[in-house]
Amino acid sequence: MESSRQFCTFFLAGQFFGVPVEQVQEVIRYQNMTRVPLVPDVIRGLINLRGQIVTAIDLRRRLSLPERSSDQLPINIVVRTDDGPVSLLVDDIGDVIAVSPDSFESTPQNMPAERKELVTGVYKLEGRLFLVLNTERVLQIGPDEPRNV
Amino acid sequence: MSDNDIVQEFLVESDENLDRLDRDLIGLEKNPQDQEALAGVFRTIHTIKGTCGFLGFNKLEKVAHVGESLLTRLREGQLTLTPQITTALLGVVDAVRQMLHEIRSTGHDGESDYPELRETLSHLLQVQPAAAAPKTGDRPPEPGASPAQGSSPGGTNCAEPPPAEAAPSALELGTASQLPPSASERVDPRSGAALQAAEIKPREVSAETIRVGIQVLDKMMTLVGELVLARNQLLQISNGVEDAGLQAVSQRMNLIATELQEGVMKTRMQPIGNIWNQFPRTVRDVAHACGKEVQVAMEGKETELDKTIIEAIKDPLTHLVRNSVDHGIELPEDRLKAGKERSGRLILRAYHEGGQVNIEITDDGAGLKADRIRQKAIDRNLITAAQASHMTERDLFPMIFLPGFSTAEKITNVSGRGVGMDVVKTNVEKIGGTVDIQSTAGRGTTVRVKIPLTLAIVPALVVTCGGERYAIPQVSLLELVRIVPDDVAQSVEQVHGTPVYRLRGRLLPLVYLRDELKLAVDASAARREAVNIVVLQADDRQFGLVVDEINDTEEIVVKPLRQQLKMVKTFAGSSIMGDGRVALILDVLGLAQRANVVSQVREAGTKVEDASSPKSGSARQTLLLLQAGAARRMAIPLSSVARLEEFPAGAIERSGKQEVVQYRGRILPLVRVAEVIEGGAEIRSDGTVPLQVVVYTEQERSVGLVVEKILDIVEEEFVVEHRGKRSGILGSALIQKRVTDLLDVEGVVRSVEPGFFELEPQRQTAEWSE
Repeated sequence: MESSRQFCTFFLAGQFFGVPVEQVQEVIRYQNMTRVPLVPDVIRGLINLRGQIVTAIDLRRRLSLPERSSDQLPINIVVRTDDGPVSLLVDDIGDVIAVSPDSFESTPQNMPAERKELVTGVYKLEGRLFLVLNTERVLQIGPDEPRNV
Repeated sequence: MSDNDIVQEFLVESDENLDRLDRDLIGLEKNPQDQEALAGVFRTIHTIKGTCGFLGFNKLEKVAHVGESLLTRLREGQLTLTPQITTALLGVVDAVRQMLHEIRSTGHDGESDYPELRETLSHLLQVQPAAAAPKTGDRPPEPGASPAQGSSPGGTNCAEPPPAEAAPSALELGTASQLPPSASERVDPRSGAALQAAEIKPREVSAETIRVGIQVLDKMMTLVGELVLARNQLLQISNGVEDAGLQAVSQRMNLIATELQEGVMKTRMQPIGNIWNQFPRTVRDVAHACGKEVQVAMEGKETELDKTIIEAIKDPLTHLVRNSVDHGIELPEDRLKAGKERSGRLILRAYHEGGQVNIEITDDGAGLKADRIRQKAIDRNLITAAQASHMTERDLFPMIFLPGFSTAEKITNVSGRGVGMDVVKTNVEKIGGTVDIQSTAGRGTTVRVKIPLTLAIVPALVVTCGGERYAIPQVSLLELVRIVPDDVAQSVEQVHGTPVYRLRGRLLPLVYLRDELKLAVDASAARREAVNIVVLQADDRQFGLVVDEINDTEEIVVKPLRQQLKMVKTFAGSSIMGDGRVALILDVLGLAQRANVVSQVREAGTKVEDASSPKSGSARQTLLLLQAGAARRMAIPLSSVARLEEFPAGAIERSGKQEVVQYRGRILPLVRVAEVIEGGAEIRSDGTVPLQVVVYTEQERSVGLVVEKILDIVEEEFVVEHRGKRSGILGSALIQKRVTDLLDVEGVVRSVEPGFFELEPQRQTAEWSE
């Protein structure tokens, strides 16, 4: 395997997540969003990132986690994709950490399939587990997701 | 200039030359006596040959050389142009194109030196000299021709350009560009008397143009887009600030940005002729392959379009042209049998209309066969037989754009493989265009492609709905209507549950943006407020979009939607508004389609939309076409139709001899139109098919007319003939080019129940509009 990898970490409903640091373009505070009707509700809206229009995806909804309380403003982690930047809405941002591949393990067998495919695997850190988001899969949003109503 | 640059220059120039060759050769085939065209073809081939020799592409040179020899004979009148010769010369063009492609990818001119092609050409050189011999006497060779032909391949451009102007470019190739422009005064000794006045012109023009890379223009376009955006933001800010200086600067900036935008757009504009020019060749090839004869006519070649659009529509148009020749136009024998001219006509037409470009491809061929499309659609399970019988040609023809739909009887290698028309539609729609097809059996088919002039910056109307702003491209916008709160209840009426508004006497179906976008609706509040209607045009239909607020018009920069949002057809893109927030751009066509899908009214409801067809003269009348009895077409004025209803057969009750149904708490008498007209013939449904009922209203009384089928709603001028010869019929008229009886509704009702209208004088229609 490779030597230690770096991840940009964030928190979602108390869980510790991360995406490979090379995928991250920038992290910005909460932005006003334009709602997009008729699309799955994981798409929270569109933000204007210095003239570029970026879709914001609510990771809590995407990962079927409970809703954020209304006074809690999410933070945008803007990741690069082949189709331009996309923003992931998270609760809070953590440090950039380096983890050793030795501590890696794939997701547990009994994890429900629809959640499992969104997580690449788990790093066993001291005192906590660190989940690696499967960004590519997270951004594939099917038309059968619940709609914005 | 490096060698590589020279080669690149040569490739670009040759590409242009080859396109011209295709064109000229086809022209020449039609008019073999056209010496000027012949000279043009000769010069072009000669130039290519000369440059290849100079650059060391010997195989290419060889091929060009045989072509040139053949052309020389033609030019000197020793040969006359036959289709074989044209084919061979086009073969040369193809070979040259192939080799240029080779050069572009590998740097040398490929392995093959096309022995067969050269053979054919040499063979053609041998034949026919006697036939053409007398002509040599009539027409002595032009002074410039012979020496040019005799010159060595290494002699570069000597025949083509006028030497005085050509000198710099010829020298540039050899010795780089240190020579000042004054070098053009030098007289090239090789040219001698060959100078022809006509040849000077193109060079002079080219001296005033420069080639610019597309990337540069694209970059400029992007930057101008950003500038327009910044301008919009600045305007918005300066409007809120009381500062004369800032106001003045922002106004000035506004003007400059607008002009700059126009200027940059202009640099990207190209005449549509650039892609059309290949079509005579395409048509010739396809026609030859199918054994057909086709003449191509073009109108509006100079119509300009943005380069990206030109590129995007090239393939769809080529497909449509091939299709017209392959499927549309009949074989010469069949045409003669049908009383048409032997050779078919294909007309390409382009023109601007309302900020859009219309491109029409018209053939005078056999036309689309509605029955075959209907059958095919049923075979492919696209529609059920029951649906099919309700569908009019207007509904059927667009089905050929569905994936996997091909009505060609036999599959040719040209078309008919069931791929294509759907791709054409997809590609045109991708750039915000529409495709529409009209056809008359035996007379021909017209495909109309409507596309926007440019994609990047469009004027749009900004509206608010559910707290968000939406931009509506102005090309679809017809007018704005505002109904004050007091009038809302009266003005917004219902046709079978579908809200409509009477716009100058015509029913305009209303679509509530809140409902379509599933935005939170407070229905009671919405009803009390003023209604803002944006009258929009989608395809050939109009509808009224009801929004919360109409804001302003603005130039918006269109940004495509990301992949995650593409699934929604209701949005065409997004844009950044003056305040920096994002707004979605509504896709008017997608919205209209969506509105039809979610509409609770089935066929009858969507038909009503036809009633609002635009652009009518006041002398026309809108008619409801229906079928009653055995395939009998009838019409009644739409103005007296209150509703189109459907009742289950089991809902019929009887009141005395009269068939009635319960309808909104009242008793609606039913009249079976077919029985009245056809003298009491019993035509009863089998109890499962619902009754199609036209609710007719006259003087506040109404009756339900039971018909077989609602066919269509048309708006037409017509002349009534054969008045009053039959009972129940006012007369006949030609509507949609078919004989149609005009139903005498009152007569029909009276013939069943003479005293009916007097029986229930209390019936009020006013209650119907909710």
